[in-house]
Amino acid sequence: MNSDASPKTFPLRENELRPKRRRSAHTTLASHGEPWVWLMAGSLTLALMMIAGLLGLIVVRGSSTFWPVPLQLVQTSNGRESLGEVTRREEAIDATGPKPIPFTRRLIRIANFEITGNHFEWIDDRLITSESNPTWATAVERLEGGRFHGFPTRLLERGVAVAEGPEAAWEKFNELHPSVRIRWRSAMHLDHTDRGRLQRTLRNARLAVVQADLDYGNKSPQYFAAIKSEKQILQETEQAALSLDTQTSELREENAKWSFEFSTTSGETTTIPLESIVRAWQPNRIGLMQKMAVYASRWWEFLSDNPREANSAGGVFPAIWGTLAMTMIMALFVAPFGVLAALYLREYATSGPLTTFIRIAINNLAGVPSIVYGAFGLGFFCYFLGSGIDAIFFQASLVADNQPTFGTGGLLWASLTLALLTLPVVIVATEEALSSVPNSMREGSYACGAGKWQTIRRIVLPRALPGIMTGLILAMARGAGEVAPLMLVGVKKLAVDLPIDTEFPYIHASREFMHLSYLVYDVGFQSPNSQAAQPMVFTITFLLVTLIALLNISAIWIRARLKRRYVSQQF
Amino acid sequence: MKMLVSPVANRDSHSPLSTPKADDLSMPTSAHAPATSPVDRLAAIANGDHVPSEVHPQMHLEPPVLEIKNFNLWYGSKQAIHGITMNIPNNKVTALVGPSGCGKSTLLRSVNRLNDLLNNVRIDGDMRLNGDSIYNSRMDVIDLRKRMGMVFQKPNPFPMSIYENVVYSLRIDGERNRGVLDQICEKSLRGAALWDEVKDRLTETALGLSGGQQQRLCIARAIAAEPEVLLLDEPCSALDPIATGKVEDLIQELRGTYSVLIVTHNMQQASRTSDFTAFMYLGRLIEYGPTTEIFTKPILKETEAYVTGRFG
Repeated sequence: MNSDASPKTFPLRENELRPKRRRSAHTTLASHGEPWVWLMAGSLTLALMMIAGLLGLIVVRGSSTFWPVPLQLVQTSNGRESLGEVTRREEAIDATGPKPIPFTRRLIRIANFEITGNHFEWIDDRLITSESNPTWATAVERLEGGRFHGFPTRLLERGVAVAEGPEAAWEKFNELHPSVRIRWRSAMHLDHTDRGRLQRTLRNARLAVVQADLDYGNKSPQYFAAIKSEKQILQETEQAALSLDTQTSELREENAKWSFEFSTTSGETTTIPLESIVRAWQPNRIGLMQKMAVYASRWWEFLSDNPREANSAGGVFPAIWGTLAMTMIMALFVAPFGVLAALYLREYATSGPLTTFIRIAINNLAGVPSIVYGAFGLGFFCYFLGSGIDAIFFQASLVADNQPTFGTGGLLWASLTLALLTLPVVIVATEEALSSVPNSMREGSYACGAGKWQTIRRIVLPRALPGIMTGLILAMARGAGEVAPLMLVGVKKLAVDLPIDTEFPYIHASREFMHLSYLVYDVGFQSPNSQAAQPMVFTITFLLVTLIALLNISAIWIRARLKRRYVSQQF
Repeated sequence: MKMLVSPVANRDSHSPLSTPKADDLSMPTSAHAPATSPVDRLAAIANGDHVPSEVHPQMHLEPPVLEIKNFNLWYGSKQAIHGITMNIPNNKVTALVGPSGCGKSTLLRSVNRLNDLLNNVRIDGDMRLNGDSIYNSRMDVIDLRKRMGMVFQKPNPFPMSIYENVVYSLRIDGERNRGVLDQICEKSLRGAALWDEVKDRLTETALGLSGGQQQRLCIARAIAAEPEVLLLDEPCSALDPIATGKVEDLIQELRGTYSVLIVTHNMQQASRTSDFTAFMYLGRLIEYGPTTEIFTKPILKETEAYVTGRFG
């Protein structure tokens, strides 16, 4: 290029198009990019605040549910007395008069539903003449009928007082109550487990008769043999049931002797059988240690017991167990399925329009509303596959009781439905992990004379394992938090029989089960006493979030271990 | 000196008389070989002309382990290797040098058919490993690769223990005898001058080794299967000078026991480690002879210019 060519390529004339040089061009705000940093930091702060706020709300509200709150006795100018926990205070406006007047009011959990007809009561602060925390105010959790608030008066044995006065009665109660609870528990156990076993044996014998009829006809020797064995089982179970009856009635009679008499603020006297008292505490007189004990005991019941009172009280153990069992079985299905599919897609399929199309389709699957998966699961798994299985293997139950075994929702179908739902997550994550395995490793393996499968098995998969684990964690967290599809394919409001228990065959794949996130929906929005159930919703959410966090933490730990083993820190 | 067959014969879609396109390197201008005067030899190659290789007469005296016969290779429509014919001597170290993109690595990766993994590669011509045709359709490629060892630019230890890394090629053959494995592991690690450094931590992950150790581990892995030829693809380019020195010492020790084919960008390395050197340019073999001759009195000016650093 010669020198006189350059003016032609830069057609700059005097005072024209020549860029003006700013005095401090290199220190402009834009050159430092500060506004962008602020924007990015701001976005992150906002996201963190929202997460912290949500988690904080769940943790605070969820963990305070079981703390024994003082019972306040409020007297109003219209002569009424209310005893209960103050659950909320708020500002309100009285618009009844000519001029709106602001005032404060409080929501008191007054309990004693059978007397007052309400669980909660709003009290206008302007009407309050006195408020106090009476020493002997007692909160009682009952098996049925909700909370009870009152003052202990007497402890009765067969209607005769054995302890009079609050102090003596309370002492006697604490002495008797543990043994009453133990008897109640053993009676429950006999009723539920042993009687349940008898019923199942009986049902199996009855179904065997129907099956023999179906298989061989009602004139065959097999049929008569089945009838004979059914009769024998019937006799045996009747005897066993009789002995169970005597055992339980003994326990119940012993318990029925005792009852606790309370006086209430409305002036009535209420007698509560000791057996129906889950626990009682006197929040106004106990110290911190005893409050902690009550707190711990309520938490323990929550974690280990069955629900009571339409799930709004008691424990959620079946739901915890159901959630865990379903998530684990889902992972068992989705992990091999997804990993194998991704392996083929990434390692074997030749890239082209078809594989691109399949990838897009898989990604789109992740965006399909989960209720659609639920509907698919119901239609395909329950009604199609399940009915087919029933028709072949469980026909007797269908004929005799008109009761499907696999033809309805259950643990297996719910796990499979969620496995389908989370499949895209696993496939995409696995593909990412596989593509992040350096090609040099594959080539090194091929150069050693390894075949494709040997290379995948020995080099690619171990190296991709941390990434695959990540996908699986995401899938499990998603599955554990899903509600909509589960409602259709096997999750029930109440299912005390655990889907995995100690009874043969241990995994009851066709059983319906409970699930924590469905419980949130059920307790929060379907409960007859939603105000009282509200703290439970927070506690269940808290538990679910904790469970998922634990799941994630353990998986992250596993992933970190694998990473240390399989992924180089160098290069 | 030997004339090469024009690759035109393999590309019947093009007429040999058609006008050449500047970007189509695969097509020679005419059936007549152009003037091979040293001045415009490189220009002629860049033009796509056919230029014969300059092979020193000593090369024909060495017994070959690997014979490359009129080998051509195309990536899609772009020809990367143009009719290379050369013999790799047995139990000697042969270096391939040349500027980037001259096809050294491609040639190396063609020897153990790693290029098969790419689906747009087309080849023509043949190679013979101890007389067995590599590109014969009946040749089992897995079996072929077991007869060679390869070491790559970047150390690529597998995500497993040092021990398992070394015996990998035996493992995939299903060898389970612990005694055999132990013996081969020690022998290979000693062969790669790594034994003393790692003998106490054979069960630890290989990913914890330093870069130089990792590369020597890869060499140990490559020699564990007693390969007939060892292919080294710029084995020191990712290493620091000390690690490079160790790997070069190792190559010196392997000389005589293994046939080594090494690709390098480093002229000093080629002159230090190799017995024979081949100079390649734009997919063609330019000059091939004993290393001392290539570096001190090459036949071609271009070779001299390259090895002394005046171009490339």
